[in-house]
Order: sequence, then structure tokens, then C-alpha cells
Amino acid sequence: MKIKLWGVRGSVTTTGPETAFYGGNSSCVDVREDGWQLVFDGGSGLQKLNADHQPGAKRIDILLSHLHLDHIQGLGFFKALFEPGMDVHIWGPVSSSQTLHTRLSRYLSPPLFPVLIRDLPCKLSLHEIANSKFSIGPFSIQSSYVIHPGPTVGFRVGNGKSVFTYIPDHEPALGEKGIIPDTKWISGYDLAAGADLLLHDAQYTAAEYKAKKGWGHSSINDAALFASMAGVKHVMFAHHDPFRTDDQLNEMFAVYKSENPYPFKNELAREGVEVNLD
Amino acid sequence: MPAYEIEIVLNRQLADCLSIPVFITDTAGNLIFYNEPAEGILGKRFEETGEMPVAQWSTEFKPVDEQGAVLPPDELPLVMTLRNANPYHKSFWIESLQGKNQKISVTSYPIIGRTGKMLGAVAIFWKSTEE
Repeated sequence: MKIKLWGVRGSVTTTGPETAFYGGNSSCVDVREDGWQLVFDGGSGLQKLNADHQPGAKRIDILLSHLHLDHIQGLGFFKALFEPGMDVHIWGPVSSSQTLHTRLSRYLSPPLFPVLIRDLPCKLSLHEIANSKFSIGPFSIQSSYVIHPGPTVGFRVGNGKSVFTYIPDHEPALGEKGIIPDTKWISGYDLAAGADLLLHDAQYTAAEYKAKKGWGHSSINDAALFASMAGVKHVMFAHHDPFRTDDQLNEMFAVYKSENPYPFKNELAREGVEVNLD
Repeated sequence: MPAYEIEIVLNRQLADCLSIPVFITDTAGNLIFYNEPAEGILGKRFEETGEMPVAQWSTEFKPVDEQGAVLPPDELPLVMTLRNANPYHKSFWIESLQGKNQKISVTSYPIIGRTGKMLGAVAIFWKSTEE
């Protein structure tokens, strides 16, 4: 399972030399195996994936954690959607009131976008998911609702040998006492349990989080605690705050590391990084 | 054991912040969480008891009508919510830990997730002001 990070910035795309190292594109991660390709989220990182299109590929699956703009804004600029004959499957969380098609159409329609979703030339299939298990090619996938405003899922992807867990927007510590020290009461726990690689929201410092409770994101400390409780082997902290420069991210990470000597591998997610799990 | 659905987790986190007693049950009626104010009703701390099967916690909690006759479980709001997946409200009497009867009101509601699946139920208790 080959994983590549195309966008790890949170909330809004940033540009400029001060965020060039970790990258300014919003959420998008590509997972490949045996000619199959899964794309997790369609943030602005998705348009960079155009240049790495698999030759001869006839199908692509885009799995949306949720429909906040930083997770779908790249869809309108993804060439596969404009290729006649290309089989594009978009998977997204069920809402209690509107279909996935209706919610995606809010973005893929004027005045926000000139092309209507029904006019896309690809062969588009939409799939609504919740606490679901399904397979795509060699991948077995589990999705579960996680704590974040609006319908939001995280994903656990396995290939029979390794597990990658993707929870880019997540606030498992929401509540009076933070993360409950009983794993069956932890949002997203089943998705992350024993994962070889976890990509997880870590937008805030512990101090910042105190003023941002309920916004749907995690402190790096809570993300690490979540990873520790779930027994993951390697965690990448993502959804970097758009106001944080590379230098500030390094500083934040250094402080976190000095206070949290976890034994598992942990690092800041960086755009362009590739990980091979096998 | 698999983790609870986030609708259940969020109800617990909310209950943890409230000063009114709250019970949370699964769909079978097992008491999977009660907050600190509810400990006064059961006379036991959640940290000590953990989750309680319906057969256990229902015997700790003795609802009676104004004449002191024990109310059948089927008439309790929480049981009705679990059976019908609707919210209910009722005032009745319970025997307090001090042996005195206390009139309380109970409102219960079902926890139904985005997919429409019934996941459990919540009961909120407070001292009744109803005549």
C-alpha cells in the first residue's frame, strides 16, 4: 500500500514561502495498490494529483471524510471528473436530511462553480456511507462517524497486510474531561486500533485548544494520546492551522516532543511525503 | 468490545457537564452511563459500578405512585422510549436513600443516529414541581 500526502493544511489553503515546507494545500491523500487508487478527500491537494495520474487508469475512488470546503474544493479541478469514460466513484457520509448529490451540488453548481455535477462527462457514481464496511479492489475499508461538526467519517483501510487510518478532522477530547480513559467511549477508536499508520488532526497546541473546544479539531497532545490509546505504530499529525508557519510548526512540535516521550513514531505530516506500508 | 457510536459518546460527554441527573442506556436497557448527579438516585458511584445490566439497576430504583404502589416497568418513560423510540415524560415518586419518598419528573428520549438507527436512550431526572 503506497500512500502519498497531497494536502495536509487545515481549513483554508495557504501559499507562500513561510508554509512551503509542510505545504499549503488542504486535505488530500492518495493510496495505491495493484493499479487501484483511493483518494481520501478532495481538498486543494487534489489538483496536484492531476500530474500523477495513473496511465491507463479507468477508475478512481474518492472517499470524502466530510463536505467542508477544505475537503472538496479540489473536486472541480480534478481532471478525472472531466474524462469521458472514466469511472469516478465518490463516497461520502450520509446526512439525515439531504443526499450526497444534493450537498455536493451546492459546490458544483453556479454561482460557486460553472459546471453542474450532472454535466460532468465522467461516469460518476455516488455512494453514501455511515458506519460502513466495504471493499474496493484490494482494499477493505471501514468508515465510522467521528466527532466533528456535521456528518463526518474517518476511514480504516486495510490490504490484508497493513492498516492505514485517516481521520483528518476529529475532536475526540470534546467534553468536560477530555478523552475518556475507556476505549469503547472514544470516538474513532475502532478505526485506529493497532493501525500501522494514522493520519490525524492536530491543529492546535494544548493551550490553543482550551479556547477552541467544540470547533471540531484536536490539540497535538490529544491526537498523540488518542494514538497512544489506540496502539498505533506511526502517527502523522495533520490539518495544520493555516495561520501557522513552518517555523511555528517546528516550534510547536518541539515543545510537544519535549513533553510527550511516546515510544511510537510520530511526526508532522508534510505535503509530498510518501509512505509504503507492507 | 467495539466502541460506542459517537451519538452515545456525545450524550455521555454532555451528561458529564450537567448538574441534573442523567441515565444513558443501550437499546437493551442496560445502564451504560450515569453522571455524578444521578449517583444520588442510585446511591452508587459510576466509577465503582461501571455499566449495569437492566436487571440490576432497575431493582435499585423503586418508582411508586402517589398511593405507594410500585409502578410497573412498562409505565416508566425510559422503558417506553426503549420500546417505542419516542420521547416520554412522567412524574412519580421514588424512595430516596434516606428512606423518604421524593416526587420526581423524568423525561426520556431516544438516541437515533443520522442513519435512523436506534442506538439507545437517555433519561433526565429532576425534582418535580408539578402538583
